[in-house]
Amino acid sequence: MSDAPSASALTEAPADPSKGSLRILQLYPREMNIYGDYGNVLVLKQRLAWRGYGAEILEHNAGDAFPDDVDIIIGGGGQDSGQVVIQDDLQAIAPTLRALAEDGTPMLLICGLYQLFGKVFRTHDGTVIPGIGVLDLETRGGTERLIGNVVATSEEFGEIHGYENHSGQTFLGAGLKPLATVVKGAGNNAEDKHEGARYRNIVASYLHGSLLPKNPAIADFLLRTAAERKFGAFDDGGVDDSLADLARQHAGARPR
Amino acid sequence: MNSLPVLVGKAVRVASRLRGGGSAFPGLVVERLDPGFMGRALSTLPRGVVVVSGTNGKTTTTKMVVELLEGQGLTVFTNRTGSNFTRGVAAALLGEVDWRGRLEADVAVLELDEAHAVHFVKLVPPRYSLLLNVLRDQLDRFGEIDATTRLLERIALATTGTVVLNREDPRVAGLAASITTADVVYFGLDASLRSTFPNDDELRGAEGIAPASALPADVVLRSVDGNAASFAADGTTTHTELRLRGVYNIFNAAAALAAARAVLGGTADDARLFSSLAAVEPAFGRGESLVVDGQALELVLVKNPSGFRLGLKSFDPAGCATMIAINDNYADGRDMSWLWDVDFDSLGLGGVEMVSGVRAYDMALRLKYDDVRVGAVDPDITEALKQFVRGSEGRPKRIFCTYTAMLAVRRELSKITKVEVVS
Repeated sequence: MSDAPSASALTEAPADPSKGSLRILQLYPREMNIYGDYGNVLVLKQRLAWRGYGAEILEHNAGDAFPDDVDIIIGGGGQDSGQVVIQDDLQAIAPTLRALAEDGTPMLLICGLYQLFGKVFRTHDGTVIPGIGVLDLETRGGTERLIGNVVATSEEFGEIHGYENHSGQTFLGAGLKPLATVVKGAGNNAEDKHEGARYRNIVASYLHGSLLPKNPAIADFLLRTAAERKFGAFDDGGVDDSLADLARQHAGARPR
Repeated sequence: MNSLPVLVGKAVRVASRLRGGGSAFPGLVVERLDPGFMGRALSTLPRGVVVVSGTNGKTTTTKMVVELLEGQGLTVFTNRTGSNFTRGVAAALLGEVDWRGRLEADVAVLELDEAHAVHFVKLVPPRYSLLLNVLRDQLDRFGEIDATTRLLERIALATTGTVVLNREDPRVAGLAASITTADVVYFGLDASLRSTFPNDDELRGAEGIAPASALPADVVLRSVDGNAASFAADGTTTHTELRLRGVYNIFNAAAALAAARAVLGGTADDARLFSSLAAVEPAFGRGESLVVDGQALELVLVKNPSGFRLGLKSFDPAGCATMIAINDNYADGRDMSWLWDVDFDSLGLGGVEMVSGVRAYDMALRLKYDDVRVGAVDPDITEALKQFVRGSEGRPKRIFCTYTAMLAVRRELSKITKVEVVS
């Protein structure tokens, strides 16, 4: 038996019987998990539990049948080799993902899956890897790796804190809004100060750290959107974010 | 041969020690004056050079290989100072060579950081290499785990005699396919222990642990029971007590035994190998035990998810006061994501008395999401340590710390207890 929590260990019934459960789907947790992506899932699960809601954590791995009734989708970053492994399966489930995205399913896409939800990834050696075109963006492989602490600001979520580590540089299409504007660090690319992308209920970003623990406003956006879609309302009280606030302050003071 | 650079290097070494300076600077001086110095000094050793590399356990494993070989009567040169890069090796050599640059030793056993090892093996092809594991660590430096694997491959390909590989780590075991000139031997785990050591692909995901490898291993760790373990080699199983703490160190003992047996060829005295192994003390900060107020205080170095997991698993938290100190300097890793790949549930019962370090609040936030009680948070290690020692009087203590946090903790502890000074 491994130390990794099994899917069932991460499934928790609602503590408050009048509240329901959200179904959270992790995309390719085996290949796309390189920078603490599990932290994002844990944060969603715990913020639901602290408010009396339940959480059911599902996984989609290459070759699996895509589950029904998914409330939130989470995708992480992987190594180049991992991205090759998932490529065919991702293309196979692309129509479903596109339909869910257009329908307003909240999604968090970090790093590798952020890139692959775009139109295309042109690697440094000229290889063209097709994305699934949910987001109007393209990524070009760079020679320099963009690595370090990032602070960015967004009208919707305030200051966003994270850490980036990527060689692909992403450029948004004219109609697609960035998630935030970079204050420290690089973000999507070394040129335009954009970080991430924001489309319907999708939050896409290069940032890990993990992203959600230190950015509870984004976590609660995903939860609120999913809960309102499913239950018509969301009870967002009862979570003390004072440690997250202090962690943000200290992270913001660190060098690039 | 021109002996001047050696003499200058030695003089710089004495001067920088008097000044209390860094351990590698004299190495820089001699490298500049005489680039061939290191290769010449090491190439004449009768049993050649052993390079130890991998993500976790280099320092302790190197220490074990050295002591195993010394137990067989060999004179061993090693880089004890923890300067695990080429310049550090050159600096350590300066302390040992005579004025002509000659080293009186049978064999050199060198711990080398993966990236620096690649540079080193170009200058000095090792006769043996011992490659331990490839785990997510310092991704801010290496970019990807697969990139780290390629660094280890270059060490393996430069090795002229025998490459010793961990058969349980698919990235390490996979290197055998590209090795054509050197012999390959493996160390491994009994099937019953496989789940204790998940490799990097097994940290997350529901598929669980792959079955034990079918590759033949020269040394297999059969069982671990507290600080005792049994190892199988040559069809014989030997049970021994160990002073080393932590299951990860005990697995690396199998690695060290396999490497020592490779160096010794058919001449190994196995009984003596095991008595040497039993006597090995933990390396600096790696499960090292100090005494504070009559109570044991253990320092456990943590620097990546698998190391932290194994550290938590190796030390029972019951009855013990726990502190965690997390820094994010270059040597610690600057990205805090790794803390989210560690499960802290085992600390849930007793909680954590003190959380400290530059990223204390990141750590405290991580514990909150695992419902682990945190007594206090203070990023200032000096203050935090004082309060932790005061607040846990009469109880054994344990501090999990990243590399630079450990240096700070040791510095503070040296004011109140005996701490070995490592220069």
